[in-house]
Amino acid sequence: MGYRCRKCSGDSVINMRQHRLALCEDHFIEWVQKHAAEFIRKHRMLEPEDRVLVAVSGGKDSLSLWSILLDLGYQADGIYIDLGIDRDRDESGYSKRSLQYAVEFAQSVSPRAKLHVLDIKAVYGRSVTEIARGGMGAKRKYCSACGLVKRHELNRMTRELGYAVLATGHNLDDEAAVLMGNSLNWEVEYMARQALVLPASSTGLVKKVKPLARFYEREMAAYAIVRGIPYIMEECPFSEGATSLGYKEVLNSMERKSSGTKLKFYFEFLKAKKKGLLPNYVPPELRLCEKCGEPTGSTGLCAFCRLIERPARPVGVDTLE
Amino acid sequence: MIKVSFKGAEHTLEGNTTVRKIIAALGLNPESVLAMRDGKLIVNETFIGKEAEIRLISVVSGG
Repeated sequence: MGYRCRKCSGDSVINMRQHRLALCEDHFIEWVQKHAAEFIRKHRMLEPEDRVLVAVSGGKDSLSLWSILLDLGYQADGIYIDLGIDRDRDESGYSKRSLQYAVEFAQSVSPRAKLHVLDIKAVYGRSVTEIARGGMGAKRKYCSACGLVKRHELNRMTRELGYAVLATGHNLDDEAAVLMGNSLNWEVEYMARQALVLPASSTGLVKKVKPLARFYEREMAAYAIVRGIPYIMEECPFSEGATSLGYKEVLNSMERKSSGTKLKFYFEFLKAKKKGLLPNYVPPELRLCEKCGEPTGSTGLCAFCRLIERPARPVGVDTLE
Repeated sequence: MIKVSFKGAEHTLEGNTTVRKIIAALGLNPESVLAMRDGKLIVNETFIGKEAEIRLISVVSGG
């Protein structure tokens, strides 16, 4: 059996072993768009008239997602959160380089779509790196602070800018890695919470969707390449040694030996949830943060406000883990 | 000889092989990379002759 495109017998650019499917450039693009459209419809992620905000990082997944949504006819704009991540503390740091890819894509789709940019340092006086130095535990404090800031600001901006839905570029590998971490630690509540669609709440949480969660990470990188979407290939300097990357490595080792392992792991989990094999996730009662007005499970200040109110330690007192 | 670039490093390997074998020779997992030749994606089963320049791209990201 050769590796010609199954549809046209042309040169294949990808062989998806888990689907026993090799496709050429044109038929791969068609396949991704068709399956993304079906996935969005099946899980009621978006309505045709929805204004969608795409969380854009400058990476392959989020830029591919933005491109796919526009190709499918959705009104989709992007938002880039400039976290100010920079190992060497210069102006051309990682966040600024990532932003350039987001801007380049936005220019290619202008005026059909626009990019919002939120500069954390300009708004809060400190970059995420500087905010992280103010508090939280030692080892993964940068990633924890980054996640918290992004969740808070993306929710706030989606609502304040009047979008119906926030779409994120989580792929199947991202979701399978989270599931693996939660399974290994028997975090049943987190597993119950892991979902393709998080509904909006009356307290101000916006609807969040993951339209790429049926695609392997490898497929999304291939999609960005064949669609000619330049993206940042370098990794965030803080991601080195991250637990989720270790889980991805393990999952890919299993996938290599038995194709379809990741797909089955994740989709059987979704099926099990639907069948009621996990406890129903009951969201905590939310209040509004006294300072920022965002929904929070805490009384008084939300976790984000507590984090940014902590005084920064002088620069240089600690180093990157 | 085949020149293979990956994450900024260049490697030289013997030709007349497949992309899958090149990936294995560098100790990488074929599920974690994509291969390109002349700016185009090629599948892991592609035969590579005596002379070629191959670029491998890591597809894994996140933290």
